[in-house]
Amino acid sequence: MYLEMRNINKSFGSFRASEDVNFSVEKGELAALLGPSGSGKTTILRMIAGLERADSGDILIDGKRVNDIPASMRGIGFVFQNYALFRYMTVYDNIAFGLTVKKAPADAVKNRVHELLRLTELEGLEKRFPNELSGGQRQRVAFARALAPEPGLLLLDEPFAALDAKVRKDLRQWLRDMIHRVGITSIFVTHDQDEAVEVADSIIVTNKGRVEQVGRAYKIYKEPETAFVSQFIGEPVIVEDFGKLNGYEKGDFDRAIIRPEFVEAFKSDNAHFKDIITYSQKGVIKDIVFKGSALELRLNVNGVEVVTHRSLERRPVEVGEEMNVIIYRLFAVKDNTTELMQNSYLLKDDPTGEKLEKYLYSDGGYFAG
Amino acid sequence: MGYKKKKSTRFLMITVSTLFVGLMLFLPLVMVIINSLKKGFEFYLQAVSTKTVISALKVTLLATVITVIVNTVFGIFASILLTRFSFKGKQLLQTLIDIPFSVSPVIAGLAFIMMFGRMGWAAPFVDAVNNAFGWDIKIVFAVPGVVLATIFVTFPFVSREVIPVLNAAGSDEEDAAALMGAGMFTIFRRITFPHMKWALLYGMVLCTARALGEFGAVNALSKTRGETFTLPLEIDALYLSGSADSITAAFAVSSILVLFTVVLLVIRCVLENRSKKAQEEQKRR
Ligand SMILES: Nc1ncnc2c1ncn2[C@@H]1O[C@H](COP(=O)(O)OP(=O)(O)OP(=O)(O)O)[C@@H](O)[C@H]1O
Ligand SMILES: [Mg+2]
Repeated sequence: MYLEMRNINKSFGSFRASEDVNFSVEKGELAALLGPSGSGKTTILRMIAGLERADSGDILIDGKRVNDIPASMRGIGFVFQNYALFRYMTVYDNIAFGLTVKKAPADAVKNRVHELLRLTELEGLEKRFPNELSGGQRQRVAFARALAPEPGLLLLDEPFAALDAKVRKDLRQWLRDMIHRVGITSIFVTHDQDEAVEVADSIIVTNKGRVEQVGRAYKIYKEPETAFVSQFIGEPVIVEDFGKLNGYEKGDFDRAIIRPEFVEAFKSDNAHFKDIITYSQKGVIKDIVFKGSALELRLNVNGVEVVTHRSLERRPVEVGEEMNVIIYRLFAVKDNTTELMQNSYLLKDDPTGEKLEKYLYSDGGYFAG
Repeated sequence: MGYKKKKSTRFLMITVSTLFVGLMLFLPLVMVIINSLKKGFEFYLQAVSTKTVISALKVTLLATVITVIVNTVFGIFASILLTRFSFKGKQLLQTLIDIPFSVSPVIAGLAFIMMFGRMGWAAPFVDAVNNAFGWDIKIVFAVPGVVLATIFVTFPFVSREVIPVLNAAGSDEEDAAALMGAGMFTIFRRITFPHMKWALLYGMVLCTARALGEFGAVNALSKTRGETFTLPLEIDALYLSGSADSITAAFAVSSILVLFTVVLLVIRCVLENRSKKAQEEQKRR
């Protein structure tokens, strides 16, 4: 483990910004701190960097407890939320700063800065000032500046937040490649799950100062451990009365989370679904939103509103049309626990999921008319 | 865009403002110059080179220079303290610094008399220091008192200008520098100071202008013409002595202050532009 956070607590006055935070990051790994605004992501990052003191708990970097080591001695590179480039210094001086304050010899500084300019594709811009750069260029300067002193750990606070959507997408991939190429252990903060899923090797989900779940993106997506995670990841639709849906009993659960991909809606004459049509339920299309690559359908099923995506390759549908709806599965939630619930009708008929798979992925299945 | 941009309205407003500024501000200053030369240039030169005037000029410059230095150093410290640290009583300190804005300078002068005068509570302390070092420093009715009063009156000018700029700049750059191992002095020299530079100079100019012209507080603490009088006091004394000659002399001495003012005004104009530009640049980021 390169970085370990053990039982970290932090309060600002009476406000608890971090509560019993535990997680670790392996050497060379790129981890994402993912959580809603105000969930304490920046606070965690600042404590690791030493810009903020933890009230209790241990922060270990490379096996050594660093709580009492000053920020400047922890060997950490930090990319700030808005980059915090030195606006009265040129790009060159920005990148060189960490080396010159450590009194590195002029030759070494020059070589290292040029190496980084090359790495971050900023050659030719070294005489510019930060306000003469584009957002993406600034981000790369911030990255180069943080890397210049060869830190053991790189922390990035919302590195893409200040960029527009297109640049953001390009830079995500760039940053991911760059970090893996340099091989530096990194943690970046984001409140955008697409970003976390796309860039990070592992994800740490935070909420209200607590760590909700740590793991690979796939696992967090498929097996949320807490009610919060099931509601935060994916495109969740919250359904209170899910007992009204065929194949489910509400029991003493509070509510259910149904993602669009858990919902199948097909026309009653669709041959591919004829085996399971008896398990379906009527649903009326309330609204259709064109999402670019697919349609988003909003259906009223027995008084419950569910959402599904529909491939553009399938037959057209219209508002008011009656569809047959099957909910494959859902996350049932009670307090802060969550449980995956399969459609009991399907389960009885198809316990191994063999038929379901056929409906979904056979030539005609999910993507057929 | 609340106001209708009618041509006639605009014209009226411009005319009224210009007339007002001209009549109330510009004309009086011109009158000072005209009056000062009423008895010829020779008289003018003589009037501004009497012993008392030279002494007053010296006291004024001394008080101003010391004041600007002290208040600049203090202003930098206070601004950094109030924008970069959080501590109990911060709000209170902020309010205290602004006291000179709300207290009449005369009261400030009297307060110093109460403090350092013969019966004042700080007098024994001053005596003790004098005894210990074999000095004979008097504060009230002496030049140190004049300096103290001037410092008091112009206390908030620098921090007033610098604090908003530091707040706008934020502390991320300083954090970034600290994280890379920069010491306090390096951070100040390479990051904080460039941020505040123009605002600081601007504050210093305001401070200078105010220090040169201070009357009320100094008047309470300075009673000896030719020794502890500053230029404003000297002008007052000349004017009050009432003869036609001395009134013209008063104008002649005033013209020195007017000259300072014009120079400061120009510097101020330039600085204001620079600091505005610097701030806009920050906003653009
Ligand atoms: N210096 C501080 N003093 C008081 N409260 C603070 C301080 N810093 C952070 N907080 C509070 O702690 C909580 C967590 O803040 P933090 O900046 O860590 O959130 P975040 O997850 O990074 O949010 P965002 O995504 O909006 O950046 C917030 O409610 C914030 O108001
Ligand atoms: Mg944050």
